[in-house]
Amino acid sequence: MSETMESVEDFRLRARAWIDDNLGPIQRFDLTQDCKDDEEELVAVARDRALQRKIFDGGFAGIVMPREYGGLGLTAEHNRAFNEELAGHEYPSRLAVPTFNPCASVLLEYGTAEQKAAHLPAILKGEEVWVQLLSEPGGGSDVAGITTSAVRDGEDWVLNGSKIWTSRAWWADWGIILARTNWDAPKHKGMTVFILPLQQPGVEIQRIIRLNGESEACQEFFTDVRIPDADRVGEVDDGWTIGSRWMYHERLGHNSPFVTHPVGSKKAESSEPTVVAIARKSGRIDDPAARELIGEHRELALVTQQLQRRIAQGMTSGKGNTDLSSVDRLFRGVSSVRRSTIAFELAGASASVWDEEEESATDAVGMNFLMRQVACIGGGTTEISRNVVAERVLGMPREPSGDRGVAFRDVPRGPSRS
Amino acid sequence: MWHETSSDQELLITTTGRYLADRVPLSVQRKFQDDPVGFSPSYWTEGAELGWMMMLVDEDRGGGSVSGRGLVDLAMLAYEFGRRAAPGPLVDCNIVASALCKSDGALQETALAEIMAGEAIASSCLGSTPWHKPGEATISIRRDGDEVVIDGQVRPVESGKQAKYLLVTGKSEGGMTQVVVPSDASGVGVKGLKSIDVTRRFASVTFDGVRVPVDALVGTFDDAHEAVAHQIRQASVLLCSESVGAMEAAFAMTMDWAFDRYTFGRAIASYQALKHRFADMKSWLEASHAITDAAADAMADDTDLAAETVCAAKAYVGENGVELAQDCVQIHGGIGVTYEHDLHFFLRRVTLDRLLYGTPAEHRRWLAALQIDKEQAA
Repeated sequence: MSETMESVEDFRLRARAWIDDNLGPIQRFDLTQDCKDDEEELVAVARDRALQRKIFDGGFAGIVMPREYGGLGLTAEHNRAFNEELAGHEYPSRLAVPTFNPCASVLLEYGTAEQKAAHLPAILKGEEVWVQLLSEPGGGSDVAGITTSAVRDGEDWVLNGSKIWTSRAWWADWGIILARTNWDAPKHKGMTVFILPLQQPGVEIQRIIRLNGESEACQEFFTDVRIPDADRVGEVDDGWTIGSRWMYHERLGHNSPFVTHPVGSKKAESSEPTVVAIARKSGRIDDPAARELIGEHRELALVTQQLQRRIAQGMTSGKGNTDLSSVDRLFRGVSSVRRSTIAFELAGASASVWDEEEESATDAVGMNFLMRQVACIGGGTTEISRNVVAERVLGMPREPSGDRGVAFRDVPRGPSRS
Repeated sequence: MWHETSSDQELLITTTGRYLADRVPLSVQRKFQDDPVGFSPSYWTEGAELGWMMMLVDEDRGGGSVSGRGLVDLAMLAYEFGRRAAPGPLVDCNIVASALCKSDGALQETALAEIMAGEAIASSCLGSTPWHKPGEATISIRRDGDEVVIDGQVRPVESGKQAKYLLVTGKSEGGMTQVVVPSDASGVGVKGLKSIDVTRRFASVTFDGVRVPVDALVGTFDDAHEAVAHQIRQASVLLCSESVGAMEAAFAMTMDWAFDRYTFGRAIASYQALKHRFADMKSWLEASHAITDAAADAMADDTDLAAETVCAAKAYVGENGVELAQDCVQIHGGIGVTYEHDLHFFLRRVTLDRLLYGTPAEHRRWLAALQIDKEQAA
């Protein structure tokens, strides 16, 4: 590039003008991504794709993505400026994670030139929505213990097995998958990454209904699905190299420079009642004990935000190590649990019920409370992040394990994992 | 800290760090346990020469800071104090200097010059929680012609017995008032108190019809509410920075211990039960760093979120600083509560810092009030 890069401030002003002219106010289902039914969700998805196309046509898609793949080739700072300007506006919320991150970020880092040319521009235009196929029913925290297998057959690979906890796979287009390709190698040395279309014979997608009735997560069953070798990402059996980076990107989540997602406190709109509203409703707003809880709730929100910022800065400036993102993950989980508990505590008995005609389900703070632990489970449990912090950030000794240096087929898998 | 530090700031921090390491290592502070002042006079005047008391003072009053963002620079200095559990009323002297530099008057000018030079110590007689419940302030200030009359008692007052000047905050007829009082004024009684922190000195100060001329007012009569809130926020940032330094020291010491201490034939650092506690502590430590830096920045830049961020910092660091230090004690075992071990210096520091200028509960109530106001305005 011979021309000089547009300054962040110039870019911000240009973004602000474009966003104000082209994007409407943020919608309820952008914030929580909860739709009242599948019909509404499909409408929301179509709108998200159209919004992404609009951003692409407006010249603001893929801000840090290289120009050769339809991006702008700018910096993370430019992306942050755009995201700050986006606050309060509608945006393609369902594409942020996992399509742009970790799927597009992994594809950019490890895909072949052909794969990148075929998919990255399509992603930027809203034509392809992606999911990540990582967790397995028997896996849990032990991500590398996957047993979904891909076997070489001529120019193809044949995939069999199952993946789980895949958000919104039922309407997605493509998936990036980690599969076992060598059972004689130790656990981390026998995996390979592939990409595949989801809506094809041999891929059965089931919805998982959670205890609060919501059903965004899916489980996929693969039966003799043929994947051409051209859709292999990286070297055969070297999938864990990619997998580690993949999970690093995943941990960054919405903080990744690849993600378009409003940040900042310009307009804190949410369909969920604030703790102040909850305390008012339960008649406790003037109770000093309730005031302390309201303050603590706000305190944890501010601390979470600042910790995230500090860690992102530390990683960019090189003062912090990249495993510090697990400190962020741990903190977010624990503080989110505490905040759920505070809201529940403030609501009193009214947390238990809601009037379907006059209130929305989120008014039943108790339901959120029942789902509280999700914050410490999804995206890697807080127990695993504690191990990562202790071992990789603080350098403490590793946990003993029964799978190191052993052929994967000989690793004990317990009665529930055949 | 991960503040982008300039070379001037680095110099400031390393100079003070070296000075503290040289003058007040813990081995020296142990000997000062029963000393009435807690440090030698030259320690304070030479520290003042390093710029300790000028950073919150305007340049035209003889102050100034290397970065132009005095509170940020001073917070870095307070962090060094915390890391070494250094003695001396750094917070109060700076808060009083900052308040005085906004006032004209001969007394204020003399006091300011002496405080900046380290020749005089100043204390803030604020007491507990007058800022959001002025009616509960224990000091009353009334006007009588061209004098103001002060009555009441306040504690804890840091370095009250050593202070030459007292910045007194009290309730007055129509609000809150601040006035500077020489500690030798007639009717001022100071009684030294024992404190949980052996490196610092506290007192109870009584005002029995103390009269000073109206010229001694700091700010306007009845109108000190905002100024007091500002001082509490400045002090909170400094106390948090100090606590984060102390947390860092306690954590590092406990990490070393975990690798050196063997039980059942293995280092205690290898037990998952302890590794997970260290991970939690690390998250509290990083979070405390983050919110404290953000509070210093927000105050220096006077952002909309400054008040909230400071309350969040004081509440968060107050609570978790103490939890971290107590966990460090637990992991050390019995040795952690001995006077011989260094850990208690940092436990004391975070515990006292949690209580001064508002407890976590008080800052949470303050934060709630800000939040309720904000939602009402929206």
